[in-house]
Amino acid sequence: MMIEARGLVRTFKTKRGQVQAVQGVDLNVADGEIVGFLGPNGAGKTTTMRMLATLIKPTSGSATVAGCDLAEDPVGVRRRIGYVPQSGSTLPEAIAGDEVVDHARLCGVSKKQAIADGQRMFDELDLPGLWRRQCKTLSGGQRRRLDIVMGLIHDPKLIFLDEPTTGLDPQARANLWEHIRGLRERGATIFLTTHYLDEADALCDRILVIDHGKIVASGNPEELKQQVSGDGVRLSLTDASQAPAASKIVAELDGAVAIETDGDVVAFRIPKGGSILPGLLRSIDAQGIELNGVEVRRPTLDDVFLTMTGRSLRDEDHAVPADEEAAA
Amino acid sequence: MRTLQETWIVFNRAMRLSLRNPMWSILMLSQPLMYLFLFGPLLKPITAQISQGATTNAYQVFIPGLIVQLGMFGAMFVGFGLIAEYRAGVIEADRVTPASRIALMAGRVLRDVVVLVVQSILLLVVSIPMGLRAPWGGVLLSLVIVALLGATFASLSYSVALITKSEDALAPLLNGIAMPLLLLSGILLPMQIGPKWLQRLSDISPLKHVVNGVRALFRGDIGSSSSLWGLFWVVLLTIVGLTVGARTFRKESA
Repeated sequence: MMIEARGLVRTFKTKRGQVQAVQGVDLNVADGEIVGFLGPNGAGKTTTMRMLATLIKPTSGSATVAGCDLAEDPVGVRRRIGYVPQSGSTLPEAIAGDEVVDHARLCGVSKKQAIADGQRMFDELDLPGLWRRQCKTLSGGQRRRLDIVMGLIHDPKLIFLDEPTTGLDPQARANLWEHIRGLRERGATIFLTTHYLDEADALCDRILVIDHGKIVASGNPEELKQQVSGDGVRLSLTDASQAPAASKIVAELDGAVAIETDGDVVAFRIPKGGSILPGLLRSIDAQGIELNGVEVRRPTLDDVFLTMTGRSLRDEDHAVPADEEAAA
Repeated sequence: MRTLQETWIVFNRAMRLSLRNPMWSILMLSQPLMYLFLFGPLLKPITAQISQGATTNAYQVFIPGLIVQLGMFGAMFVGFGLIAEYRAGVIEADRVTPASRIALMAGRVLRDVVVLVVQSILLLVVSIPMGLRAPWGGVLLSLVIVALLGATFASLSYSVALITKSEDALAPLLNGIAMPLLLLSGILLPMQIGPKWLQRLSDISPLKHVVNGVRALFRGDIGSSSSLWGLFWVVLLTIVGLTVGARTFRKESA
């Protein structure tokens, strides 16, 4: 196991009293896995990651990270991990290459090695010719990639990435995903947080869904989606007045749930939506109901989140203000 | 050994940044220079009186106060730089490395000390044509005192910066401390010429004893009780300052 955490709790004091940002998280990450922490802003993702990266002490609970006990041997943990924070890691006035080399040397890498590896990573992460540039002259996306070089310069075996692709354009995101997969192929274990569903889906072997400081579901993206009861089916009718009749036919189907009628649309969820469709279409036709269109949708991670928490991941208004998490 | 090496890495980085943007160091030096040129000449006619006959060289009284002031104020505000680094995420990036927490502080403090000593030497060199005469031994020992004082105030400033993490909290706090320290330490004029109650009050400030010590050193009274007390106080302050700084760096970085 690369990470084994038990009962991690973290409370913060704020002006409004105590906030329990993380409320008892257990998690395991195996060697060589890419595990994603998925949840809305303020769910406790960053706080949990900061605890595992030795940046804040858990209020209670214990963890073994990269073979070292978090409380007993934080230096051992630091030797083995790389951490790419959400909020940057370089001074605007400093020279990009200098920041990378100094950081690497604090991690115990020799100067020569740091320069060679750093320049190679600048090329790999599409930062050509920026080695001697002041950090503040880089674009947002370039600085994000510079942070990634900083976090990975010492070739750590466990990598924490906090919202790695926030602020990157689609091409840079795809490029970074490729890079992250490449790191795993070289034997690294990756633990990342994200609030992008497509990122979790495309990149992660396993996803931990976190909400209000608790893990509410875990599994690989497919397993998680299967936990949602079935596919979403939407029938669009030509005539809205036939909706009740269509809804009645749907209600007789085995396993149909969450049947909703909205104007000329009847929507419901059902396992194996594709295979019930031919029969359903025949019955609808037999009743003389005319269809405009049919749509079968495989469940998404957003559906998973909705099922687990009763909310969509896309509503952000329930979140604990991000500054409280940052105040850690 | 490893800690020394890490201190050196942190020092080098900090020094490189200071050299890239020397404006701040120049501004910090401009204040004592203004005192030297615009205030120093006023002391000439009254030197014998304010030094109670110990010297007739105004700059032997005045320069010691200025370099102590430089050591104190030059280092006191370094916390602002640390807050800028904190905001940029640099402190966090440092803390996630296995580097010793002491090295993260010591490297930065060392940079501040080097800057201060260079500033002090410049100030001394400029004072020679103005009329400063002082023995080498006393001046060298005074520079050591300035270095220790700088280390003290720099570590304290970094501690407060790390705890408050906000310029808005740091600025009034530092100004609130700086003003009484300045007035009670006899930096501009020796406290001995003041009324008894003010002298007693200023006895509380260790800095007054440090300034008196440096004045004695500039007169060449290296073995005098004033200079020994000054050294005693500055060493004590340094121990307290560095301990507080180291503890804060260790604690705030879990």
